[in-house]
Amino acid sequence: MGLFLAQLLTGLANAGALFMVASGLSLIFGVTRIVNFAHGSFYMLGAYVGYSLMQVLPGAVGFWGAIVLAGLIVGIIGALVEVLVLRQVYSAPELFQLVATFGVILVVQDLALMIWGPTDLLGPRAPGLEGIVRIMGEPVPQYDLALIAITPFVAIALWYLITRTRVGILVRAATQDREMVGALGVNQSLLFTGTFFLGCALAGLGGALQLPKGGADLLMDFTILAQVFVVVVIGGMGSLPGALLAAVLISVLNVFGVAYLPQSTLVLMYVVMVAVLMWRPFGLLGREEVAGELGQVGEPDRPVRPAGTAVRVLVAALLAVLAALPFWGGSFAVVLVTDILIFCLFAASLHFLLGQGGLVSFGHAAFFGGGAYVAALLVKYAGTPMELALILAPLGAGLVAIAIGWVALRATGVYFAMLTLAFAQLLWSLVFQWGDVTGGDDGLVGIWPARWASDNDVYFWLALVLSVGGILVLRHVAHAPFGYALRAARDNAPRAEAMGLDTKRIQHAAFAFAGMMAGVAGGLFVFSKGSVFPNEMEIARSFDALIVVFLGGVKTLSGGWVGGATFKGVEDLLVRFEYWRLALGLLIIVVVIVAPDGIVGGLRKLGERLGLLRPDEAPRGTAAPAAREPAE
Amino acid sequence: MTPILEARHLSRHFGALRAVDDVSFSLAPGELLALIGPNGAGKSTCFNMLMGQLRPTAGTVILDGTDITGKKPRHIWRMGVGRTFQITATYASMTVAENVQVALLSHHRRTFAFLPYATRLYRDEARALLDTVGMADQADRHAAILAYGDLKRLEIAMALAHAPKLLLMDEPTAGMAPRERVALMQLVADIVAERGVSVLFTEHDMDVVFAHAHRIMVLNRGQLIANGAVEAIRADPKVQEVYLGGGTLFSAERAHA
Amino acid sequence: MLEVTGIETFYGKARVLNGLGLTVGAGQVVALLGRNGAGKTTTMKSIMQLVPPRAGRVVFDGADITGWPPHRVAQAGLGYVPEERRIFTQLTVAENLEVGRQKARPGRVAWTEAQLFELFPNLAERRGNRGKALSGGEQQMLTIARTLMGNPALVLLDEPSEGIAPVIVEQMAQAILTLKAEGLTVLISEQNLHFARAVADSVVIIEHGEARFSGTLADLDARPDIRDAYLSV
Repeated sequence: MGLFLAQLLTGLANAGALFMVASGLSLIFGVTRIVNFAHGSFYMLGAYVGYSLMQVLPGAVGFWGAIVLAGLIVGIIGALVEVLVLRQVYSAPELFQLVATFGVILVVQDLALMIWGPTDLLGPRAPGLEGIVRIMGEPVPQYDLALIAITPFVAIALWYLITRTRVGILVRAATQDREMVGALGVNQSLLFTGTFFLGCALAGLGGALQLPKGGADLLMDFTILAQVFVVVVIGGMGSLPGALLAAVLISVLNVFGVAYLPQSTLVLMYVVMVAVLMWRPFGLLGREEVAGELGQVGEPDRPVRPAGTAVRVLVAALLAVLAALPFWGGSFAVVLVTDILIFCLFAASLHFLLGQGGLVSFGHAAFFGGGAYVAALLVKYAGTPMELALILAPLGAGLVAIAIGWVALRATGVYFAMLTLAFAQLLWSLVFQWGDVTGGDDGLVGIWPARWASDNDVYFWLALVLSVGGILVLRHVAHAPFGYALRAARDNAPRAEAMGLDTKRIQHAAFAFAGMMAGVAGGLFVFSKGSVFPNEMEIARSFDALIVVFLGGVKTLSGGWVGGATFKGVEDLLVRFEYWRLALGLLIIVVVIVAPDGIVGGLRKLGERLGLLRPDEAPRGTAAPAAREPAE
Repeated sequence: MTPILEARHLSRHFGALRAVDDVSFSLAPGELLALIGPNGAGKSTCFNMLMGQLRPTAGTVILDGTDITGKKPRHIWRMGVGRTFQITATYASMTVAENVQVALLSHHRRTFAFLPYATRLYRDEARALLDTVGMADQADRHAAILAYGDLKRLEIAMALAHAPKLLLMDEPTAGMAPRERVALMQLVADIVAERGVSVLFTEHDMDVVFAHAHRIMVLNRGQLIANGAVEAIRADPKVQEVYLGGGTLFSAERAHA
Repeated sequence: MLEVTGIETFYGKARVLNGLGLTVGAGQVVALLGRNGAGKTTTMKSIMQLVPPRAGRVVFDGADITGWPPHRVAQAGLGYVPEERRIFTQLTVAENLEVGRQKARPGRVAWTEAQLFELFPNLAERRGNRGKALSGGEQQMLTIARTLMGNPALVLLDEPSEGIAPVIVEQMAQAILTLKAEGLTVLISEQNLHFARAVADSVVIIEHGEARFSGTLADLDARPDIRDAYLSV
């Protein structure tokens, strides 16, 4: 009983920081509609800033003062990011902003590395609360009790702010209809910046408060992000009480998981999330999101056309030049381009889902990593030859996608995105924790290609054929009836349904198909590296693909692979520098601001302006005001 | 003659609001039936129940002898019901012809085909349908840039793709210029005459309704208050009061002003 | 008080307004008439700068407000009541009013919650209810009351009679006349000529994003050809 109570208290203490970060993310999303990927970074900054302040400020007053100051400073940094970066891209297609927030993650990672160095920092103890209290004979840290006492105050203060003050009323109003709030005379820019300040300050506060328990390290940002997404999804997007409830649930669960099911702690959280969402698709206390909120806004896509003969000849010629790479490039180039090709296929598969299907998946790495692990496990345990493994990898990934899609496609918009992310994390934690089979953190090694393909040049050709082939298949499907049905479901689902199309089934098939193609890339990857580690499935890998697709241009057919090639190429150039993340992050932010249509979209517009390409025809006469002026 | 469509005691409540309250009617083959009524009378709700978008609180919908109550829109479509939407619903990322081709692909159950080029499939059929609505010359234009009236015509071509026996049209002429309205409704009337399709449509423009409808039903606050031939509806004092209007409503205000 | 000249407004590449112009004098109630899709709502949004026009000018109270952010337009004294009402359904009636509240400005009626409840008695009883619990008519009243909380000099009323019961329409007309008596200027868009007749001093008829007629109701009655051509009466 005593142990049980002690663990419960630990769980409650852990819930505090999680709640603060989650409520901040929820607030920011509610008002600005931005899924702030960088939220974990602000949490990390809170920890580091708090740590530095605690070194300077003395005593108990200094300790607590440092925590409050850390929150304020991080809030100000958040507000600055909003003004300098995000404000420039509010008019860009929805979700494009999250690419910018990803750039912020990279920048913050390197800045933290520069300022605080690579070693993990041990958090100082809270003065006067260093000891333990015995409760029913079990030791409970005094600081835990302090956290349990503090969290309700923060929650109540937040609740008061949101429900009882004018600012809170404005925030809630803006969550529902920000344009209307603006039309009533409220300065939206100020409200957005203010919300960012508050949301980031909460994240910073959470980071600083957990210092005595967890310290500060450079991996905190992604670790907390995954948990925060789960909390927000379980609690219900935009619900503060929901965030509190879910934070407590997850934290307590984690503590008991560690005690009783140490092999499954990470998995547990995601299992609970799936269970909750099967029962309540919009979280415990969430409201139904209006469908299409995360849909693509702005100009409709251009019609796609099969390439003409001239283009086909040109592409064939370029591919021939590329195929001859082993004869004109060095061996290093061959390995690098193999990497790039595999990544391009991965990116193109996500691009298909996003561009053709309008399905924004945050967890596409599940299928890339899934394919890689399927191949690796087959080789490791069944002695499967490479050829067969390369066929089974996409099939495995496809099956995983069928299973994930079955649940995730019940939701739409941001819930769909979050669900895919959570499933990817579930898979990742399975691989990570099921060490006996998957090797856990040590990965699976010694997965080499068949003898005939073991030469780098030959493997390059194999990768070239499969990757380019895959990309061409994806492209062709966009032109096939299935591609049209998928775009029909995206453009106007009610219309498509009233035309005999089973839109959910079509989207499910597309999800599985994209998963399969990512699985091809995963299979190729594992044999090119000879090994696979859990990080091929982690959030960062999913985000890589997502970023690349947006950077390449969602509303173009070639955005996926162009973005992939550019990103991998640039990354390869930059990793030679010590602070390459900083440079890459800044580059991403610049591209987002300069070319909101992505690289291909931007080039197309440039080409049209220069008269090199034929622009889309301008509408003539009075065009449709349809969607804007509904009657009845 | 068995009716092509029959609604029996159809009701839909939203909380305390009875959006549609015990509505019964039938539609004969080849008939052009208008459903009119003031805004908020429940016309769209009624429509959405007929097409399966909305489940009725009570009542049944019978299509050609089969009970289709609660069936999904796509199943009802397969059974030969086409529809056009009040706010034109087309696929903005495609060309005009491709919009029709998608309907044809669905009709021929080819949506899960991965191999052929979709633009080459059923192109002639699509062109013929576009020709029917006078849009053949715009077949290769991007649907997103069409004029409003053209979008409406495109929608009709799409709705005809599976040779439906019944067309449900929600305010087919809303937002169009007067001359376009008459032309569009004439087009629909011609289709009814040539193909034997039955049409149920809602409409605000009384000129259109009086000129083309074979029969008119009037809905007010969820209830059917009149159902009959054009002249009878025109002369019905109740209908005049709630819908056609005589300007009596604001006499008090005018005195006040 | 409001002068709109030659505005051209687009949604993406689709042109909705083609050089529309209109004038509203201080203290007047002007009705903007035209059928669905003629561009009435777009005109309202363009004046409010929610969809800024690409060409032309909007001058309000002597200031060229073209291209201003909407909140500045609102602060300058233009109130906007959208067609879809767009009340905040998760907020209570009182909170909805609070969102609309702006500082009182010299020379303008300063509305208080109490005064608005007097104007719309139904709302007073529902002060603590959430917006989603209101009926269509109550929502329509709330959206007007919310805009009045900003103490506007001119109110843009987009299709206030759309989709509400006739008895509420009557109350709505009554309210507009009361507001007019208080010295408020109103630009109202309507499809319902009867409603316009009850409240407006003059009308502007638009079609295809252009003003096709502008004059008093008597002028319009003298031109049945115009009425038949552009209005679905």
